[in-house]
Amino acid sequence: MLGVPAALALALVVLPVVGLLVRSDLTRLPSLIATPSSWHALRLSLITAALSTLACVLLGVPLAVVLARARFSGVRLLRSVVLLPLVLPPVVGGLALLYLLGRKGFLGMLITTLTGESVPFTTTAVVIAQTFVAMPFLVVSLEGALRGSGDRYEQVAATLGARPWTVFRRVTLPLLLPALGSGVVLSFARALGEFGATITFAGSLEDVTRTLPLEVYTQAEVDIDSAVALSLLLIIVAILVIAVARPRSWEGGLR
Amino acid sequence: MSQLALAVAAVALFAGACSSSDEPSTQSGGSSVTAPAPKGAGNSGGTLTVFAAASLTESFTALGKEFEAAHPGVTVKFSFAGSSGLVQQLTNGAKADVFASADQANMDKAVQGGVIDGQATVFATNKLAIAVAPGNPKGIKSFADLNKAGLTVVTCAAQVPCGSATKKVEQSTGVTLKPKSEEQDVKQVLNKVQSGDADAGLVYVTDATSAAGKVDKVDFPEAQQAINSYPIAAIKGGQAELAHQFEEFVLGTEGKTELGKVGFGAAQ
Repeated sequence: MLGVPAALALALVVLPVVGLLVRSDLTRLPSLIATPSSWHALRLSLITAALSTLACVLLGVPLAVVLARARFSGVRLLRSVVLLPLVLPPVVGGLALLYLLGRKGFLGMLITTLTGESVPFTTTAVVIAQTFVAMPFLVVSLEGALRGSGDRYEQVAATLGARPWTVFRRVTLPLLLPALGSGVVLSFARALGEFGATITFAGSLEDVTRTLPLEVYTQAEVDIDSAVALSLLLIIVAILVIAVARPRSWEGGLR
Repeated sequence: MSQLALAVAAVALFAGACSSSDEPSTQSGGSSVTAPAPKGAGNSGGTLTVFAAASLTESFTALGKEFEAAHPGVTVKFSFAGSSGLVQQLTNGAKADVFASADQANMDKAVQGGVIDGQATVFATNKLAIAVAPGNPKGIKSFADLNKAGLTVVTCAAQVPCGSATKKVEQSTGVTLKPKSEEQDVKQVLNKVQSGDADAGLVYVTDATSAAGKVDKVDFPEAQQAINSYPIAAIKGGQAELAHQFEEFVLGTEGKTELGKVGFGAAQ
């Protein structure tokens, strides 16, 4: 009985991609993709997505642990705040970042005063925008796993005399690895597809801020064939990322 | 119970998929009750759907209200977006009655795509101006000033009409700009000047005028080198008569007044 809606759900994801495939001229695909602008955009996308995934791990893992283990009241509210970028329209996220880190934003003003540099229109701005939208994916995956596994092992390790840092390194982290794997993949994929916050906060300039999604948007204005070709490239990269990481993280289960 | 809910959701999905192809795909996405226009009853009712370039937002919204007042029973609905995006929607089957483009190139695309009925008529012109922070703190007086050291300048990408106009001015002046960002539409350029993140941005005279108070406008003579024309045309399969009346309204005195208010030039 679940087959029909399940098939519908699958069709909703698969058919649009098929639509793109049908629309594109596969023989012209290589020539449409192999332009300097596309390569610059692809390279910038891969570099910034990797950097923002790293930032997600460095900042998101501690946050997930704190959220999962915290006992203070208000942690619930904190959790919904962390998830905010998931539900915010991307342009809203971009505007929020702009009014924080832009030249007139209070943090942006401070940075400009201290360093003489401003954040918008830089590759750093792209990484910040991507980290902003991608981090919740990592935090959610990790926090779910942490709550599922409980903290019995950590307590045992602590009673055996392990210091908190040792417990984190030798017990918590290994337990988290599968969830960390899927969180990293999700964050990377989300960062790769980030569009609204980037174009609003970082702008769009080749080799500096114009990532693959922005290049697709720019190309769609003049040459829809090459925009479709670039969209397929983006989909291929995303599928590769998920396929490479899937066996360990998803099929291995969370336990 | 859960199976019932699933079935309802599936049916809703299908119903949505079917009905959406019959409706004009407007930007707002609101469903409309389209009253059938009585045949031969002149302009006594109906909904007129107008696809118009984003830069026409202010003037066409006002014109739509005046048109409704002059044609009782008629409702005018707008979809404002970048011209090329609108052409994409039209060639992919979006239902509309009138298309107003921000440049000739996109109207040509619509003609090639077989969606235009009859001839397109140019109803207005627009040119570039420099938008700066109120009071012009950086003292920008000319196009060449945009290349002064330490200025953050933002332009449109060459792929969109305001960007190709910028390129034309660069070529005619020999001044090559080094923008910090090439935005996808003119309103984004304006936003970055308003937020203070850009010192100057190249926008249309009309956008700078509409945003008076939030930005200052610096005109420069070289903008004459890149005047772009706004053509309007009726869409095939639309309500031809009503579309034609709206075209005449835009080309007539009402149109000239509203378009002139934000700084559009007369058709040349």
